[in-house]
Amino acid sequence: MDWLTYLVLPLIKIAIAIGSLLLGVMMMVLAERRVSAWLQDRHGPNRVGWHGMMQPMADGLKFIFKEDLIPGHVDKPIYLLAPLVILVPALMTWAVVPFGTTDPTQVPTLFGQPFKFQLSDLNIGILYILAITSLGVYGVVLGAWASNNKYSLLGGLRAAAQMISYELSLGLSLIGVLMISGSLKFSVIVAQQTDIWDWNIFRQFPAFLVFTIASFAETNRAPFDLAEAEQELVGGYHTEYSSLKFAIFFMAEYLHMIVGSAVNVSLFLGGWHLFGIENIHWAFSILIFCAKVTLFLFFYIWVRWTLPRFRYDQLMMLGWKVLLPIALINIVGTAIILAF
Amino acid sequence: MLQNALFFVLGGVVVISALCVIYFRNPIYSALALVTALFAVAGLFIILEAYFVAAVQVIVYAGAIMVLFLFVIMLLNLGDEESLEDRLSWAKRVAVVIASLFFAEVFYITIKLVGSVNAPKVTSGQPVGDPKTIGELLFTKFLLPFEVASLILLAALIGVITLVHRRSDERSHTSSDT
Amino acid sequence: MHPSLTHYIGLSVILFCIGIVGVLVRRNAIVIFMSIELMLNAANLAFVAFSTHLGDTSGQIFVFFVMAVAAAEVAIGLAILVNVFNIRRSIHVDEIDSMKG
Repeated sequence: MDWLTYLVLPLIKIAIAIGSLLLGVMMMVLAERRVSAWLQDRHGPNRVGWHGMMQPMADGLKFIFKEDLIPGHVDKPIYLLAPLVILVPALMTWAVVPFGTTDPTQVPTLFGQPFKFQLSDLNIGILYILAITSLGVYGVVLGAWASNNKYSLLGGLRAAAQMISYELSLGLSLIGVLMISGSLKFSVIVAQQTDIWDWNIFRQFPAFLVFTIASFAETNRAPFDLAEAEQELVGGYHTEYSSLKFAIFFMAEYLHMIVGSAVNVSLFLGGWHLFGIENIHWAFSILIFCAKVTLFLFFYIWVRWTLPRFRYDQLMMLGWKVLLPIALINIVGTAIILAF
Repeated sequence: MLQNALFFVLGGVVVISALCVIYFRNPIYSALALVTALFAVAGLFIILEAYFVAAVQVIVYAGAIMVLFLFVIMLLNLGDEESLEDRLSWAKRVAVVIASLFFAEVFYITIKLVGSVNAPKVTSGQPVGDPKTIGELLFTKFLLPFEVASLILLAALIGVITLVHRRSDERSHTSSDT
Repeated sequence: MHPSLTHYIGLSVILFCIGIVGVLVRRNAIVIFMSIELMLNAANLAFVAFSTHLGDTSGQIFVFFVMAVAAAEVAIGLAILVNVFNIRRSIHVDEIDSMKG
């Protein structure tokens, strides 16, 4: 067995990917607070470190030192399992996202093997994303159930119903992209978006809209965050969690955001391509990708602090009666255009 | 070599999770054990190079059907099933004996028969589990079953809505308060 | 040793029998449903194993249809169960015997 190709290189890539994801989560914690502050015409946390850069460390330390309380009335095995179940799918989704160039002529070589900036180029890439997204519902449902608490259960079940409703639109919007590119592989889809006018946001604009809105709903992010709204449900499905487990829920939400943005950028916004700058050196492709994802995350934060929250029935109506028909019409329209 | 190890690991996970499904008294634990079993079966599908079916297994079975199970268990707020010791324990033993006999019989037949048709893996050049192959077959050779399957799902949809629909002028029983 | 077709079919048989024991022994209607799902999965595993070893994709197409039918069956079964629970306050199959005798 070729230990190098199948074990060492993937392990290095996994270490880099998880490390950068966790770093990204840390930056998101700070970015959310500072950007929301700027939007509200105030400074955010800027005392700890240079412009507040060490704030996430302070937050993390705070979480670690808080008392780790397991209430007596919770269902212990599931209580301890739920943070794990919500964290792992978010990390797993990263496995198929190309975060840099995957062109064999441009990648650097490590130990004599080409070091493509993608953990695993599955030939069912898009299906894998859909599959892992469906698993994200379990963390919410289990966290809600384990807490043995009316508010948590209601919040969790609402969140789960919302997530499975929007999964449909998510999947259907991707079919338009699939039809145009003719392949489920991420590297092929990104490779077809070399020229800026080939980006799928222009070729499949309704699909892009549906996918963005659905990913907002999938990550339980405002304006779709009724399930964890502090004003309504005390805390939703993570009410009874304290200290490190709460931090994991928190982290998992940011991870879902980052990974959702990354998938969106790869499929619709041209991945690591930008006017040919990525051809100069492979490091530029990584920088371009990170810049696009950062812009998208800024958009996430912007929307959260601008729009009011949806009521639950409005939310479900949007998912079933608006996004689903738009996605279906997009499929039919794309099929007709492709046929002629 | 990796495939061998993976097969035995995943096979072990499937069998242990299946045993947990029928063992636990709390239905939530059984449901979670079933999710693990389904996920492991998806892994076995991947070893068998049936990639599309593996993804569909996770999306449909582990991601939708089991969520439905969990929803129903949580909404009905079922407690633990009472222990089987005081109810029909003789029936339980008879059931296990019958199932073991059945198992031994089928296993024997399988080993004898399948062993003789143990053809080496046929590689006809075209990949078997590829989404493209399955898509082509679904829309050419298996078009009628495909359309009938969509009719079945439509019938299920209509059936479920009819079953749980409450008429607005009729006072309906509400389930126990959560 | 390399897992051959026999291993996969053996595993499928084991799963099927565990499902049978579940259906016969458990008295909670939802767990009986879950055991039925186990049996369906055992059948799916057998289908896919044969499909790969004989190089014929029809096995996997059939699995596709089995999954669709299983989804439909679970949805309707659980809807019926919810109705029974609303009326009888219990889903212990021994207690749902009003049509007996």
